[in-house]
Amino acid sequence: MLKYTLIPLLPLLSFIINILFGRNFIKDKAHWIAVPAVAGSFILAVSAFMDVTAGNVVNINIYDWIVSGDFHVSIGFLIDQLTSIMLIVVTSISTLIFIYSIGYMHGDGGYYRFFAYLSLFVFSMLMLVMANNFLLLYFGWEAVGLCSYFLIGFWFHKKSAADAGKKAFIVNRFGDFGFGLGVILIFLTYGSIDYVQVFSNAGSVVGQTINILGTDYDLITVICLLLFCGAVGKSAQLPLHVWLPDAMEGPTPVSALIHAATMVTAGVFMVARCNPLFNLSHTAMNTVAIVGGLTAIFAATIGLVQNDIKRVIAYSTVSQLGYMFLALGVGAYSAGIFHLYTHAYFKALLFLGSGSVIHALHDEQNMQKMGGLKKYMPITYAVFIIATLSITGIPGLAGFFSKDEILYRAYLGGDTGKFLWLLGTVAALLTSFYSWRLIFLTFHGKFRGTHEQEHHLHESPKVITVPLMFLAVGAIFAGYVGIPPLLMEHGDRIGEFLAPVLGHPHSEGSHAEEMMVMAGSVLVALGGWFIAYRMYIKSPELPKKVGEMFKPVYNLLFNKYYVDELYSKTLVQPVIKASDKVVLGFIDIKIIEGIVNGVPALIGAFSRKFRQVQTGHLSNYGLAMALGALAIIGYMIFMK
Amino acid sequence: MTIQQAFFSYFAGAIVALSLLVVTRKNPVHSVLWMLLLFVHIASLYLFLNAEFLAAIQIIIYAGAILVLFLFVIMLLNLRKEETEKRFQGQWPFGLAIGVVLAVFVVLIVGKIGVLPELGQYSVEAVKSEGHIMTVGKVLYTEFLLPFEIASVILLVAIVGAVVLAKRSLE
Amino acid sequence: MVPLSWYIVLSAIVFSIGVFGFLARRNLIIVFMSLELMLNSVNISLAAFSHYLQSMRGQILVFFIITVAAAEAAIGLAILIAFYRNNPTIKVDEINLLKG
Repeated sequence: MLKYTLIPLLPLLSFIINILFGRNFIKDKAHWIAVPAVAGSFILAVSAFMDVTAGNVVNINIYDWIVSGDFHVSIGFLIDQLTSIMLIVVTSISTLIFIYSIGYMHGDGGYYRFFAYLSLFVFSMLMLVMANNFLLLYFGWEAVGLCSYFLIGFWFHKKSAADAGKKAFIVNRFGDFGFGLGVILIFLTYGSIDYVQVFSNAGSVVGQTINILGTDYDLITVICLLLFCGAVGKSAQLPLHVWLPDAMEGPTPVSALIHAATMVTAGVFMVARCNPLFNLSHTAMNTVAIVGGLTAIFAATIGLVQNDIKRVIAYSTVSQLGYMFLALGVGAYSAGIFHLYTHAYFKALLFLGSGSVIHALHDEQNMQKMGGLKKYMPITYAVFIIATLSITGIPGLAGFFSKDEILYRAYLGGDTGKFLWLLGTVAALLTSFYSWRLIFLTFHGKFRGTHEQEHHLHESPKVITVPLMFLAVGAIFAGYVGIPPLLMEHGDRIGEFLAPVLGHPHSEGSHAEEMMVMAGSVLVALGGWFIAYRMYIKSPELPKKVGEMFKPVYNLLFNKYYVDELYSKTLVQPVIKASDKVVLGFIDIKIIEGIVNGVPALIGAFSRKFRQVQTGHLSNYGLAMALGALAIIGYMIFMK
Repeated sequence: MTIQQAFFSYFAGAIVALSLLVVTRKNPVHSVLWMLLLFVHIASLYLFLNAEFLAAIQIIIYAGAILVLFLFVIMLLNLRKEETEKRFQGQWPFGLAIGVVLAVFVVLIVGKIGVLPELGQYSVEAVKSEGHIMTVGKVLYTEFLLPFEIASVILLVAIVGAVVLAKRSLE
Repeated sequence: MVPLSWYIVLSAIVFSIGVFGFLARRNLIIVFMSLELMLNSVNISLAAFSHYLQSMRGQILVFFIITVAAAEAAIGLAILIAFYRNNPTIKVDEINLLKG
């Protein structure tokens, strides 16, 4: 029991020590506390994983948090197959990124603060995945959002970073509000927020309806959609994806850990965790799948034309998250989690690799000003190639297995399945194209930056490259736990491992179909590479021509479909205007200041009159006192 | 009318008349002197009530100490011209009215006094057999010891306070 | 035998005269003397009750009142002198430092 408690507790301790003593005592030694803490968590997580593989699913309550009437909430952990995989992902990637940060954040003024927040994030994320009830999940959910806010705005003196932090926080509020409502509705429906009780009773309310504004809706569907609201916000799906690309203002290790590998996948984890509920609602499942599919292609098209290296990867993340939801939506939960797991490695690798590049170029993020870095940064180049091969789905690397699984399940997935498969395959083509475009623009050709930068080009130090190499190993081999049955009998070990929690995929297809899907995805992966190669290596003037030719489309994509502008026009500006006119102009100035200034003014006016009662003459006071005494005596005589 | 009632009537009438003189005389020295006579009458009334000790301290403390203090202060301030000015302030009719109403109220209350409760052990004979001062002393030093000590502290504070207040400046 | 009520009425009348003096006079010293008058009237009634109830408590209370009256007179007159030194008047209606 202590072992499981220590998993989140170690990062929490690291946070407390660093935040209390970092400023004055620990300073640039902060990693001596943070790194052992997460490494310890990792070792304990591996041990917990071993326990689970041995068949010990743990569900323990550690502390009664809230007891109020029928409402019981405990701080408790549920460590089953799903959680144990998440534990491994979170702690292993955290450990590598903590080590990477030692090099990347070296010399930063807020060094101790960075490790403190990062530790707090790891604690929150672990609470999120280990929770055994919805409220604790919600706690972790909000806490990771808070840490994300802290870390995006880590360089808060930069206005764009502070703004991005606020944007992430506010956009997430939209989703979290729905999530909160969902949790409340779960309590109202099942009378409990404990996973075990809710999921075991999940079926008992099938067919019940709930009346919202005069219309009856299916209760389970409403619950699932509300929960999915939270997932949409946290995992940056359409239409709440806008915060994630801006979140790249944060330090690169933060982008890698929070905005690629762990926090943004919390939505996927949550939907997978709630699969007994989602399975009961066809509508909710279809919504999840379609939102996922559309997001995958939508984000991928934007990624085609962006020039900021981190933004390209950010859109890639949004797109890959879309894949995961696509898988969840067609009932292939284990495929979604599998992709989450492989994606964590290759995406963290891409981010950290880009961080290495940015570090070498002294905070240059525009790919148009890079190029030719291959010969200066061979290790970074190599790991980038591995990550790209993995994400594009080249057979033999991690991404291939999980992506192929998703596309195959989508293909089999009922009425909308073929459409979803098409979306996924096109998105895969686009993914391949922009990933190779990134490589070609960054590492090939001639260096396009300043001479000053060229002079300082160098490979990053070992503390940065070693975690990259570890992640590269992950990006290659992480997929071998889920080899499709077509290629190897009982190869899909992760699917079988997760089956007790997530169930088996809803449909089975023939070998021929599987072959076809696999061939298709390999083809588009190669196709993407080919197009990118043609455009950026063979004839570098071609992109400009294509851009000219399809100017409206190019502009549309370059400006991210004008979603930010749309939100600004329809939501942000009206709110700001309303705040200015109504809240500031009327409520604040008229009502609040009216009250605040009015009360003293009233008292002043009264006292100006009434102070004349205070004559200062002793006899007047005596007279008043005598009158009072008379009144009391009179009362005693006449009233009693 | 018995002889006691006749004596009481004289003292009561004299006390009321002297009280009126005290509050109405223009010259404060005259007021003090009328008050001296008033206190002698009140002391006599205490003798009527078998309270010899009270009669004694009424004379010693009030007449001997407090009134002398008043006289000292009057002379110290040397208020010659005060005698030529108005003696009452503007609100005096209110004061009169309140005084009258208060007197009426208390008289009304007197009408409501019922049967006296159980009598105590200090009957006239019991006090006489032991002596009044001894009786007072026994009660004062047993039952009322703590208030007695507190009274002594109050007096001490008064002494110190009076000295401090009357000093020109504290060096 | 003199009835108790006579004493009480006497006490009430003297008290009322004291109240009148307190409220009506301008001279602060006379105001003080009115206060002493009121205390004395109370003493009369306390002594009377003590006698008629055959209890010692009333007389003890008179004793304490006399003590406190002495202290009060000493302090009050000291304040009066201290005040007069800064502000040479003892007329009640000319003293209004606390005017609002």
